[in-house]
Amino acid sequence: MNFQRFMSIVRKEFIHIRRDKASMVIAFIAPIMMLFLFGFAVKIDIENVEMAVVDWDQSTASREFVQKLKNTDYFIDKYYVSRDQDAIDLIDRGLVKVAVIFPPGFEKDIHKGKEAEVQFLIDGSDSTVSRTALPSAVMTANQYSVQLKTEAMEKKGAMAMGGKAGVAAKARVLYNQEMDSIKFTIPGLVGLVIQNITIILTAFALVRERERGTLEQLIITPIRPIELILGKLTPYVLIGFMNFGMVMILAIVVFHMDIQGNVPLLLVLSACFVICALSMGLIISTVAKTQLQAMQLSLLALLPSVLLSGFVFPREAMPKPIYMMGYGIPLTYYLQIIRGIVLKGVGIEYIYQQVILLILFTILLISIAIFRFKKRLD
Amino acid sequence: MEFAIEIQDLKKQFGDFIAVDGISFSIPKGKIFGFLGPNGSGKSTTIRMLCGVLRPTSGKGTVLGLDILQDAEKIKQNIGYMSQKFGLYEDLTILENLQFFASIYGIPKKELGCRIDEILDLCALRGRENAIVGILSGGWKQRVALGCSLLHKPALLILDEPTAGVDPVSRRVFWEVIHTLSREGITILVTTHYMDEAESCDILGFIYRGKIIALGSVGEIMEENNNKNIEDIFISYVEKISDIKVRGSFRDMKDHIE
Repeated sequence: MNFQRFMSIVRKEFIHIRRDKASMVIAFIAPIMMLFLFGFAVKIDIENVEMAVVDWDQSTASREFVQKLKNTDYFIDKYYVSRDQDAIDLIDRGLVKVAVIFPPGFEKDIHKGKEAEVQFLIDGSDSTVSRTALPSAVMTANQYSVQLKTEAMEKKGAMAMGGKAGVAAKARVLYNQEMDSIKFTIPGLVGLVIQNITIILTAFALVRERERGTLEQLIITPIRPIELILGKLTPYVLIGFMNFGMVMILAIVVFHMDIQGNVPLLLVLSACFVICALSMGLIISTVAKTQLQAMQLSLLALLPSVLLSGFVFPREAMPKPIYMMGYGIPLTYYLQIIRGIVLKGVGIEYIYQQVILLILFTILLISIAIFRFKKRLD
Repeated sequence: MEFAIEIQDLKKQFGDFIAVDGISFSIPKGKIFGFLGPNGSGKSTTIRMLCGVLRPTSGKGTVLGLDILQDAEKIKQNIGYMSQKFGLYEDLTILENLQFFASIYGIPKKELGCRIDEILDLCALRGRENAIVGILSGGWKQRVALGCSLLHKPALLILDEPTAGVDPVSRRVFWEVIHTLSREGITILVTTHYMDEAESCDILGFIYRGKIIALGSVGEIMEENNNKNIEDIFISYVEKISDIKVRGSFRDMKDHIE
C-alpha cells in the first residue's frame, strides 16, 4: 500500500464532505430522530428464557421443581453449576437471564411441612425478561405448593390443612432493579442508530463516483483497491465516531442512561463497531450500480439487523434457524457488548468472545470490500 | 520502427453483441493517431481494452511495450487518459483536482508544485486555479481534464472525444496543446467526430461495426479516395457497408427541403 495515494484519497473525501454540507446535516439529524422515535416507541414480549440451576439440595423435590419451571415454557434449564458465583458469572456474560438456587435442605423442609425457599436471580438489565420472569417464578412456586398440599392432604387427611407446607420463591433482581424498560432499550438503541447512519454514509461513497463518471478516470490511474477503500473509509470513521459521541451524550442527558462499566473500553469497542458498519456500507457501494440501488440495499441490510440482533425481540425466544442467523449480524455482538458495559458494568473478561467476533467481522468485511472492488469496467 | 501501440485480432464480445471484431493496428511512437468511426462502432471499447480496464475476449496487444493482459497496472502508470464523459471531481477546484491526481500518480511532494505550474501554463488554466470545476464552461473543463491526464508525463495520451461539445475557439486551443505534446515525442490516440481535427492527425483509422475498414496516413487515405475531403470519405465508407443513404452535404439538405 502506497501511503501517498491513500492520503490523497482521504484528503479528497474530506473536501467532498466539506462541500456537501446538506448530506452532513442529514447525517447528524437522522440519528437524533431515530433515537427519539425508537427510544419512546419500542416495547416487547417473550418466552424460552435460558436459566442456570444451582442445586445444593440434589433431591427429588428440587428436580421436580426444575421440571415445573420447564413446563411453563418460559424457562429452559441451560446450565447446571455447583456454586452461586458461577451462576452470577453466567448472567454477567449474558449466557443466561435467570438463575435458580436450591438451598441445602430444600426437600427436608418440604417434608417437615415448613416453607421451603428457592432463590431466583434475575438479570434486570433486560427489563422484559426481568418483568416476566418474576411472576412466572412466583406462579410456579405457588402451583407447586398447591400440589404439595393436595398430596399431603390425601395422605394425612384434613389435618394438614393449616400447615405452612409449600415453596416460596424469593427473587433478587441483579442490575437495573427498577426494571426500567427504557434503560434496557437505550444502549441497544445507540448501537442501532450508529449502525444505520454509518452504513448509509459509505454505501454512497463509491456509487457516487460511478454515477458521476469519476470512477472511470480513477481506475485508469495506478491506485490500488486497498488504498481507495481504506482512503474512503477513514474520513467516515471520524464522522461515524462523532455521531456516536453525539448519540451517547443525548442518551445520557435525555434518557438518563448511566454507564456502569469502563467508558474507554466502550469507546474503543464502539469505534470498532463504527468501522464494521462502515465496511458494510462499502460492500454495498461495490455492489450497487446507482445511488438508488445503494439506498435500497442499505434498507435491505438494516431490516434483519433490527429484527434478528436482539434489539427488539430477545433472541432466546426465536426459532433455532432465526436465532442462528443473528450470529451473522455484527450488531448482535455489539448489543451484547454495549449492554454488558453500560447496564452490568462488566469488563472485557466477560465479553471477550463478542469482542473477538466483532473484530473478525470488521476485518472480514473490509477485506470483502477491497476484494470486490475491481479496477475493471466489465 | 518502435510502436507505442500494437494490437492483433483484438475482440470484445458482450453477450451476443460483438463490440470489437478482431481489429489490428500498430501506431509508431510520437504520432497522432486519429481513431474515427460512427457512434457505437467500437472506439471506446477498444480504448478501454488498451487502458487495461476491459479484458479482451480474444486477441493480444501491447501498449508501450507492455502486455495489455499481464501488465495492465504498469500501463496505467504510463498513459494519460481523458474520457468522453468528464471524469474529474466537479466539487473540487482546478487546483485540488490537479493536486489529487498528481499524488495519485505518485509525483513526489517536492516536484508537485513545480509540475502543477507547468500544467497550468501548458493547458492555459492560469487565473482560475481556485474555481470550482463544476461551474466552468465545457472548454475549460476539457483543458483541466487534459491537464490532469498529463501530470505524470505519460508517454502515451489517449483522448476519447475530447472536444465533443466544445466551441470552435476552445477546440483550437485544445488541439494546439495536442500538437505541442506530439512535437515533444508523446504518442497520442484521439477519437473525434470533427473531420477538420481528423485531417491534422498523422495516421487515421476508420472503425465501423467493430471492424477496421481503412487505415493509413491522411495523404494515403485521401489518395485512395480521389482526394475527396475526409468527411466525404467517412460518409462513403459508412454508405458502402450499410444501406444508409446520406445526403452529400448540409447545404444540399437545406436546398432539397426548400
